[in-house]
Amino acid sequence: MEMISIESTPKTPAIKFDSKQGKLEIKGRSIPENSVEFYKPLVESLDQYASSPNSPTQVDIQLEYFNTASSKCILDVLKRLETIHRQGSQVIINWYYEEDDEDMREAGEDYQAIVNLTFNMQQVELD
Amino acid sequence: MDIHDFYDKMDRNNILLSFKGDITAELLTSILQIIESKMDNMQEEPKLKKKVYIVLVELLQNLYHHMDDPSQEGEASEVARTAIFMIGKENSHYNVITGNYIKNDKMTGLKKKMDEINSLPPEELKEHYKRILNNGQMSDKGGGGLGMIDIARRTGKPLFYEFTPINDVYSFFTLNVVIEQ
Repeated sequence: MEMISIESTPKTPAIKFDSKQGKLEIKGRSIPENSVEFYKPLVESLDQYASSPNSPTQVDIQLEYFNTASSKCILDVLKRLETIHRQGSQVIINWYYEEDDEDMREAGEDYQAIVNLTFNMQQVELD
Repeated sequence: MDIHDFYDKMDRNNILLSFKGDITAELLTSILQIIESKMDNMQEEPKLKKKVYIVLVELLQNLYHHMDDPSQEGEASEVARTAIFMIGKENSHYNVITGNYIKNDKMTGLKKKMDEINSLPPEELKEHYKRILNNGQMSDKGGGGLGMIDIARRTGKPLFYEFTPINDVYSFFTLNVVIEQ
């Protein structure tokens, strides 16, 4: 199984997905014009991973900003993880937001209300 | 054109940056970088800075994806494939204005979406956002009106808009977004 390692850019987050360890990390800004194209490799890898996932799968999402085009893709990623969870493997979602960033905390809560996964809301201090 | 008059108008409205022309991906990147560094120089409060930045992203990407292009359809040259964008700061709030051509047949749908957004209290706006996010009715470009809802949620203000009739096919759509602390 493949491993994804994408460096961050001013418009796209770093993505690290280690399917062997069951670890996924999305970190940075996600504001690309074409978000579907950007998230496609991750969504496809998760589809493959779902056939024999680790338990637990640990997911760390630490986004500074994301546009609404990305919000749909992030939901697609979470829905894949929800499927893995439904099939009996443990999935841990850590949703990080900077202190005072109520919008990002609320975004995590919005997702939690849509998908059947428990989010650990983690506040991080500003640099 | 009286440039001094133009300068005065921009000065009076405290315009930080304005642009009129073709909206490309590279241009969006540049505008965002310029505004970000301007806000850094003004030592803007991080929370407001973030809000302004993400609202700008949504507004500019709306222009980029949804702007209608009269020139491609052999229309009169008075209507060109360009948009206008302005950002200004007055006292403690930011004003972002965009203007672009839109086909008259799309106008009713857009107006309806914005009126609905403007009529909803914050809690219902949040539910509306989740519903649209989850119903999968989004194009590859994003869309679904999610950007507009996001702007209204973040700013906590109505979307101020205007449609100026141009001809039988096109109108000019102006959107003004106010961002406060």
